[in-house]
Parts: sequence; C-alpha cells; structure tokens
Amino acid sequence: MTFLPEALHLATYPLEGSFQKVDGNEVLRAIGRDSLTAEGFLALLSPAASPHLEAMASRARDLTMRHFGRTVSLFTPLYLSNHCANHCRYCGFAARNTIPRTQLNLEEVRAEGEAIAATGLKQILLLTGEAPHKAGVDYLEACVAVLRPLFPSIAIEVFPMETEDYARLVRAGVDGLTVFQETYDPELYAQLHPAGPKRDFVFRLNTPQRGAEAGMRIVNIGALLGLSDWRREIFATGLHAAWLQRQYPGVDIAVSLPRMRPHAGDFEPACVVSDRDLVQAMTALRIFLPRLSVTISTRETPRFRDNILPLGVTRMSAGVSTAVGGHAKPAETGQFEISDGRSVAEVCQVLRARGYQPVFKDWEPLEASA
Amino acid sequence: MEQTDTFELGGRALTSRLFTGTGKYGDDGLIPAVCEASGSQVITVALRRVDLDKGADNVMRHIPGHMTLLPNTSGARTADEAVRIARLARAMGCGNWIKIEVISDNRYLLPDGYETVRATEILAREGFVVLPYMNPDLYVARSLANAGAAAIMPLGAPIGTNRGLRTEEMIRILIEEMSLPIIVDAGIGTPSQACQAMEMGAHACLVNTAIATAADPIGMARAFGQAVQAGRRAYLAGLGSVAALARASSPLTGFLDQEEGGI
Repeated sequence: MTFLPEALHLATYPLEGSFQKVDGNEVLRAIGRDSLTAEGFLALLSPAASPHLEAMASRARDLTMRHFGRTVSLFTPLYLSNHCANHCRYCGFAARNTIPRTQLNLEEVRAEGEAIAATGLKQILLLTGEAPHKAGVDYLEACVAVLRPLFPSIAIEVFPMETEDYARLVRAGVDGLTVFQETYDPELYAQLHPAGPKRDFVFRLNTPQRGAEAGMRIVNIGALLGLSDWRREIFATGLHAAWLQRQYPGVDIAVSLPRMRPHAGDFEPACVVSDRDLVQAMTALRIFLPRLSVTISTRETPRFRDNILPLGVTRMSAGVSTAVGGHAKPAETGQFEISDGRSVAEVCQVLRARGYQPVFKDWEPLEASA
Repeated sequence: MEQTDTFELGGRALTSRLFTGTGKYGDDGLIPAVCEASGSQVITVALRRVDLDKGADNVMRHIPGHMTLLPNTSGARTADEAVRIARLARAMGCGNWIKIEVISDNRYLLPDGYETVRATEILAREGFVVLPYMNPDLYVARSLANAGAAAIMPLGAPIGTNRGLRTEEMIRILIEEMSLPIIVDAGIGTPSQACQAMEMGAHACLVNTAIATAADPIGMARAFGQAVQAGRRAYLAGLGSVAALARASSPLTGFLDQEEGGI
C-alpha cells in the first residue's frame, strides 16, 4: 500500500472549487473541533479562514504548548557535496548551473563536524545532491562513521534510495530522513524536473515510506512553497503526513514549510506565499495533526521565525551555511540564500528571551549499547 | 498524619505523593523551585535529553540532590529499546529506578502493553525498581505485577492532553484489585483532578505537562502539591458515601416499623 492513489486522486480533484465553497462558519467549527477530518483541514486552508487567523493561531499555540511544551529542537545542515545530475529548474545546485562543484573528503567532514559541534549542536542533517556514483551510500556511511561520535542524532537529505540502502544507513547510525516532494502535482513535477533521476515522481513520492520501513525514527516531508498554489500543496502535504502517521505510528513524522528563496539560476516562483499565507498553512497543519513535528529553516527572516515560534514550530535550523564546507571555512556558492544568518548562540539567546528552551540533544543512540 | 503516612517505594520512604517531571519547561532553571514548591521527592527525566558532555546545558544539574531520580525510556518503541535505555541510564549514574515508556504510536502516545510487560520482566530481573507506564487494563496490570513491577502507572488520559481522569473506572478497578501501588500518570491537567485520583485511593500522581506549561509553573507546582495532599487526607479520613437523592423516609421498608392495621 502506498500514498500514490490518494496523491493521484488529489492531483485531479478540483480543489480550487472546494476551497472557494468554504464559509466562515465551517472554519469556526473546524477550529473548535477536537479532531479534524480532511474536510476540516481543507476549511482551515481556505480563503474563508483568512479572517480567523488569530483564532487559528490561538488554537495552534495551545496545542503546541500542550504536546511539545516550551521547547524547540535545534539542528543544522551539513552540506557534503553539491555534485548533482538533476535539472531541477528552481535549484542552485542543478546540473546546468556553472557553479564550483565540490565534495568533502573525510578529513574535511570531520573538520565541518567539529566546527558544528563546537557550537553545542547535537543534531545534524547531512545533505548532498543526487550523484550516487560520487556521493553514494558507501560515502554516506563513511561520513556517518566520522560524525557519529560528535552527534547523537544524524539525519540525511540526499537522494531517494531503496529501502535496503536506508536500512544500511540506519545501522550506521542515521535516524532521520528528510525528503521533499517539492510539488504534489505530477504534471508540474515533470515540467520542473526535465531530466535526471529525480524525474521519477512516483519513486520520490514513496521515499518517505521506504525510509520509515527501513527504521528511520524521524521522517520529514514537505513541498517547496512557491512552485504552485500553496493551499493545494499544503493540503496534499498534510494528507501525506497523516497517511504516514497512520501507516507508521512509531515514526515521528515532520513537515517543513520551505518558501522559495533566491538562488543561482533564473527560475521565478509561480506564486508568492506571503507571511500571512505561511501562518495559515502552519496553524492549519498544527490543528489537523496536533503531534506533527514542524520544521522552520533559515530561509525565513529572524523576525518572522521569532514570531511564529509559538504557532506550531518544534524544530529549527540554526547557525546555517548552505555551501559545501561552509562551517569550517568561508562559504562559496550555497544552494540558496538564507535569511537568518544568526549563530547558534544568538538563536538560543532569542529562544530563551521568549521563554523557550533550545533542545540540543533529543535522542540517545542505542546501537552501541549492550 | 504527615509523620506516619509514608509511601514505601523501591526501598525509600516518601513523604510526598506527587511525582514531577523535567519535560516541556521553557527554562530548566525553574526545576529546583518547582521541586521545592510542590514538595515532590521523585522526578522523572527522559534519558534521551540527558547530555553529559562537558559544556552542555545538562538537565541533571538542575535537579536538587535530595530528589529520587526516575529516568524514563521516552522514545523507546520496543521492549528491547526500553531495556537498552534503562541500562544506559544506570550506567550513566541515574540510579536503578526506571519508568518504562514503550510507545510506538506517535499520534496518541499510548503505551504498548505487551512490550511494556516484556521490558518490565527483563529489567526487574536485573534489579531495577521498575515503574511501568500503562493503559489501565487489569490483565496487563497483573502481568506487570507478575513480571516484577514495583508499582503500576496507569494513564488518566493520553500524555499531554490535560483531559483528566478519563479512565477513572478502569483506574478504580486497578486500585481495588492490585496490591501494588497505583501511581496515576499522564492526562492530569488540574490540581482538582490530582486530588480526585488521590481521593479514589491512588497511591501517588505524576504530573508534568500541567505544571511545566502553566503560566506560573512554580505556583502550579505548589497547587498540585497541596491538591495531592488534600486528596490523600480525604482518602485516609474516609469519604462519606454519595447518595443520588435525599432520603427523608423509607418508602419501601417503612411498613416494617408500622403497626398492623395502620394505614
């Protein structure tokens, strides 16, 4: 069983009409319910919900406080390689972009790891492009072996793999998988990924499931907001997250809400997702799935990140460089420009000032214990 | 009463029947004041969050020395993981008390009874004082007792929901049937609910979310401490029975006291 039939049904369903039909009363009823159906979630994403944003925020804040308390888990990405065979039209690392290509050797990985560990962080996210012949499973396994002593939690955001490969990495000490569908619209997906292995919509769609089956503790999904109508994309993302939660109840399902940022290349977003839209998306997700982990990256500005903290955020990146080797030495071209360049210490200071505890360590690795 | 009403658990004589936690605080620096205000003597801590690295902001350094540590296996999805976390906790110097949480459902965080019993069996054999978090089910409770649990920790409602004693009748059965102490854990959202659990005869309550997420955690800790005490006192004093209707006469048996021939 996969999410594909539901995704394909959604892709052809005239959701725009459904969003338009929602009235304010339906929105208020959805905000007040203990548990939401997909229809209630749709109501919260509709234009009719916009005037009720404060009420949604209040409910989202209460639910977040109840289930996660005043804590935010911190992590940072570590870019291992920017070699990539894909041609994603919106990405700075796409094969056609003439940027310097580089890949860290294990000594450099250690240096990056040590530079990150010196900030106090204990959770990292390893990133590569899609070039398995250069940065494949063997390479990742070797990197994890180097980083394991420094980080109790290691997640990957690399290229979609088969379940057995994920299982190998889980055994090596990887406990989290991040993979964004980018868009849940198969036609748009085909246009945006004209060549390269990423063209396979179905293989990518089923990737979170393969990670969960391989034993990942955290699976983080998301759509790249700006590629198409955000309401549709968030609705599909929420249903995908709900499906994964039901299918794999032991896995912590997380959603990221990445908005498009300037990057190398000339792709212009198809739609602009405003701050107001993003708040509606995040609070609707929180009310629909109260225990969902929600990740906010440094794509967002410090002011916005600080203000949306109580509305559902449970995980944040901090002290970020999106360039390969950017933690240990001055950065070259990153995957995208970040908006929040604050150090880990500065982010922690703000969190504490707002009454939140930055959580560095949230897992105790068990593979080495008796 | 305070001098004699001690709660014997795991070789300790506790005078407070409120257990507290360390999760969800905006600032772990509040923990000492919460312990003091609540009077609590037992505090649970998730081993997954304990960071003994030099320079790390370690939650353990905020826990007052007189507290009994109750490490928990939060994050364990199987008995095997719970056992490994418990052993790590002991190796890290957290003592030999362990609260078993085996949860493989992230939507409701309900405990897995079968895996909990398995972990209890292994850890009790290894000399741990095992306090398993469980769904209030009599059969599971009996299995836990047979497996060597030191107490049973049934949930009042799913973790973090603050919904109170939704499982009241099931907990009442456990209190009546089990000889092990019953410590109501999870779901208690208000001091009055903790008081109610104690009035029912629960031996203790564990409260975390309702204290840690209150606007004033220290004030709330004090309120919970007093509520648990009040409930315990009421239980010991013997509550009167509750009648649904006022009883002014005996319509069904009154004839027994009437003389024959009377109306």
